[in-house]
Amino acid sequence: MSAPYDEHEARGLARALGWMSLGLGTAQLTAPRAVGRTAGVDDSPVIRALLPLVGLRELTHAAGLLRGHRPTRWAWTRVAGDAMDLAILGTALRDRRGPRRQRVAAATAAVAGITAIDLYTALRARAAAGGTGDLHLRASVTVNRPRAEAYRHWREFGNLPRFMTHLRSVDDIGEGRTRWTAEAPVKSTVSWEAELVEDLPDELIAWRSLRDTGQGPGVSSSGSVRFSDAPGGRGTEVRVEMTYAPPGGRVGAAFARLFGEHPEQQVRDDLRRFKQILETGEVARSDARPEGFRARGFARERPAQPVA
Amino acid sequence: MKANCWTGRNTVEIERVPDPQILNPRDAIVRITSTAICGSDLHLYDGYVPTMKKGDVLGHEFMGEVVEVGPGVSNLRPGDRVVVPFPIACGNCWSCEHELYSLCENSNPNAGIAEKLLGHSPAGVFGYSHMLGGYPGGQAEYARVPFADVGPIKIEDDLPDEKVLFLSDILPTGYMGAEMCGISPGDTIAVWGAGPVGQFAAASARLLGAERVIVIDRFPHRLRMAREHTGAETIDYAETDVLEELREMTAGRGPDACIDAVGMEAHHPNPAMYGYDRAKQAARLETERPYALREAIMACRNGGVVSVIGVYTGLADKFPMGALMNRSLTLRTGQCHTQKYLRPLLDRIRNGEIDPSFVISHRMRLDQAPRAYEMFKNKVDDCTKIVLTP
Ligand SMILES: NC(=O)c1ccc[n+]([C@@H]2O[C@H](COP(=O)([O-])OP(=O)(O)OC[C@H]3O[C@@H](n4cnc5c(N)ncnc54)[C@H](O)[C@@H]3O)[C@@H](O)[C@H]2O)c1
Ligand SMILES: [Zn+2]
Ligand SMILES: [Zn+2]
Repeated sequence: MSAPYDEHEARGLARALGWMSLGLGTAQLTAPRAVGRTAGVDDSPVIRALLPLVGLRELTHAAGLLRGHRPTRWAWTRVAGDAMDLAILGTALRDRRGPRRQRVAAATAAVAGITAIDLYTALRARAAAGGTGDLHLRASVTVNRPRAEAYRHWREFGNLPRFMTHLRSVDDIGEGRTRWTAEAPVKSTVSWEAELVEDLPDELIAWRSLRDTGQGPGVSSSGSVRFSDAPGGRGTEVRVEMTYAPPGGRVGAAFARLFGEHPEQQVRDDLRRFKQILETGEVARSDARPEGFRARGFARERPAQPVA
Repeated sequence: MKANCWTGRNTVEIERVPDPQILNPRDAIVRITSTAICGSDLHLYDGYVPTMKKGDVLGHEFMGEVVEVGPGVSNLRPGDRVVVPFPIACGNCWSCEHELYSLCENSNPNAGIAEKLLGHSPAGVFGYSHMLGGYPGGQAEYARVPFADVGPIKIEDDLPDEKVLFLSDILPTGYMGAEMCGISPGDTIAVWGAGPVGQFAAASARLLGAERVIVIDRFPHRLRMAREHTGAETIDYAETDVLEELREMTAGRGPDACIDAVGMEAHHPNPAMYGYDRAKQAARLETERPYALREAIMACRNGGVVSVIGVYTGLADKFPMGALMNRSLTLRTGQCHTQKYLRPLLDRIRNGEIDPSFVISHRMRLDQAPRAYEMFKNKVDDCTKIVLTP
């Protein structure tokens, strides 16, 4: 891409895609049958079952594209989603005849067109972004508790796994060092050591990972959490910033994101649980979601019936 | 236990499901003695609310007897009789502290999903989709009630279930709809929808000092109920041009406030108009059929209030923004902050100012829920409100 990167234009495009995702995702979630009919694939039970998941994926894109601080990055996850849709439709096209085949063909053409736009958006964004492959992310929450209390709860690192559900444990190994063990995508675990690089009581905690210690892919990360007074007695604003190279680099992250396990969402969910614990003393659980909030689990969520 | 489960569009079934258990310290388990079907349940039944799963236990209007409490609940004991408000609220967050209970920041374990659809998440709600938490509902023999130390209200005298059950939702909802109108002496309040919510909105407008109350619907038995119990004037929208009639009735001013107690599945007497939005809704180009809302905005007097308690879930089309803006209208909305109204409304029931049982048209067994949903949806046999007993 030789044209000068126009951040504004790419963002505009990304947001337009976001609105499209929102409409499409809502449709696929609420009316999978109608969508299936329009696309000519309503005769396949497998595709019918897939459509709500595809809808959820679209909503994830919508949220990223509309609200993310780097909406253009989400265009890549859309490209991956398009590829998935094209694959489904391609299979469908092979074994359909007559008017149904025409409907599938029309849907395929539409998705192909969308793919072109998505690819264009994503490429324009990448042309300017350059970058190392590290991910930067940030998330924040307002907690209706005094700043000192919020700081103290976080600083007690043993508390972290209670609200960061992907963490198995955080152990103090002395001299400002901690050992973190976490679940990684595809049922493996990673573990690493971290050191405290800054600790300003009631204000800031910053850390950095030291080296890879366990089996599995490495994680190198640094991050900080800041605590400040929210205006007008609204409690404490908690802001997390992190930079890290996820297992498998960019591709791995994009893939993980596609299935809802994208890191930004995870941190936002972690902060939500942090808030729940401080404000209510417990993590909100429903029977459909007895383990508390976790975005990636939604597709697998059980019906809202009591757990046995 | 037995529970009424959503099993797909237009079907519910009684299923055997496990008994609920305490999951968190602030939980209680309630043995349900009375539960009701709400207009909001019809939106689920008709398939217009996203993120329902087959097997979800329905129901958010229920009361009963506490049978078990978690270690964090000290104000309730087994044997207490309670009415449970439909939004689940923690009592600790900023929203709860400001009595915005249906916006509790801590009760929706699926807040991330709701954020994607709505921008920010509201509170979790019993039996109302996974987007609002995936909580099993109260059309069942038992229910788990989170944050039981702040939500349920104890009924200590011998008021029968039928007089207090509707504290769980529709009475406070109607009341809040009227309260949002900011009624002053001489005001005329128009209410779209003569369902149970509309009935209570109209009755509450009266309680709050409205001079005239006008109720709009097309079902004669519901309009008669509004005339008889609230002294409301009524308009049958299938027979009359509502905008013109309201203009006449108010000598050209328009009602001072308009309450939408219909929501996303409104009906339109003109088949072409109805077909237009119905088709868009079927294709999911919009999720709402906002006729009542459009009409309420157009009808309202300049500078008046449009109070929306009918439920909407997604995107509305042809929304008369020009009227809203140019005529200085105020739009007020919300799922009911039920907890806030429990005590004052219980007092009004106790001293005879209102007896909410007048809306009940049918009493049935929980086992008959599938039939009851069908009757309530199609308003057969002069159906207005159905109470189920397990
Ligand atoms: N905000 C809240 O907290 C809350 C709580 C409970 C219920 N609700 C909502 O309130 C609404 C009403 O609930 P309900 O239990 O009374 O339901 P209902 O279905 O019994 O009543 C709706 C009434 O609206 C009438 N109607 C339809 N189209 C109309 C139109 N164009 N003009 C005038 N009337 C029209 C119907 O004939 C019906 O009588 C629903 O949307 C429900 O989801 C909101
Ligand atoms: Zn209700
Ligand atoms: Zn709360």
